[in-house]
Amino acid sequence: MGLALGTTAVVLIVLLWELGRPHVIAAFEDVRVRWRERRRAIAEMGYDPGRERRAELRARALLRSCVEPEEWAMYRDLGFLRVWGGLGASDPGEQPPYAYLIYPHKPIVAYVPATRELLSEYCVAFPDESKPYGSSRLPDSDDVLAKWMALRGDERRLIADANMHLPGRQVDPDRVSRDLARLSVWERERAGQQAGSLRAA
Amino acid sequence: MKLLRMKPGHGEIVLAEGDVEVPEQERELIEAFRRELDAGMWAAVPTEAPGGRREAELVKSFADVPRDAERVIFFPRAAGGAGATNR
Repeated sequence: MGLALGTTAVVLIVLLWELGRPHVIAAFEDVRVRWRERRRAIAEMGYDPGRERRAELRARALLRSCVEPEEWAMYRDLGFLRVWGGLGASDPGEQPPYAYLIYPHKPIVAYVPATRELLSEYCVAFPDESKPYGSSRLPDSDDVLAKWMALRGDERRLIADANMHLPGRQVDPDRVSRDLARLSVWERERAGQQAGSLRAA
Repeated sequence: MKLLRMKPGHGEIVLAEGDVEVPEQERELIEAFRRELDAGMWAAVPTEAPGGRREAELVKSFADVPRDAERVIFFPRAAGGAGATNR
């Protein structure tokens, strides 16, 4: 009796295994494919410092080809760009009454060049929602170029689209003051170098 | 004329390239231009003013692009953001 039951149980197990084997194998294969796809997606979407560096190098070359040589030198040496404001009334040849500092991935800071008084921060971003590599952030220099083009092309529209805040909300006012002092020194040195090269010529 | 688009993690990519004086190539440029605007991109044309001053012009249609423009650069439209919080 026991032998018969045991034999029946073994036969049943073998039969069930034979019937279910294709499903089990298909399920294992499915898990394996999903795991492989997930690993590939992580590899593509994950942060890759080499890729980001190459992107930034391309962005720097594009920025350099679009802005004034002096603006490029300013960004290369100081890490930010100054753009003169175009909405205020000023006579031709005179310094505009206000200007902006453009930092990568930080708000645009408006200030009065004559007094170095900070006016406001304009928080603006250019998010690419297609997120080709898992991030919506443009390379630093592309962000700067986008701000530069938007300010030069349609200052009023960009300022209208931005969130305006009082100075100091996101950009440290002490840092901006230091940057304005650095800019002043940089411009003096550059003017001196240019005068020197003119005299030599 | 080249149509370029800024892309996260990559820098700019060339979307289309052609001669606006060749009708077939101009059509391709126009189609690519429209696709980008429909995707919510802004388009800017880097220009050089008389005297060599570099400027940029935002354009809303292909007809606004100067015929002699070398590049049109597309970038995501501006959004008022919280921005980076690191000081």
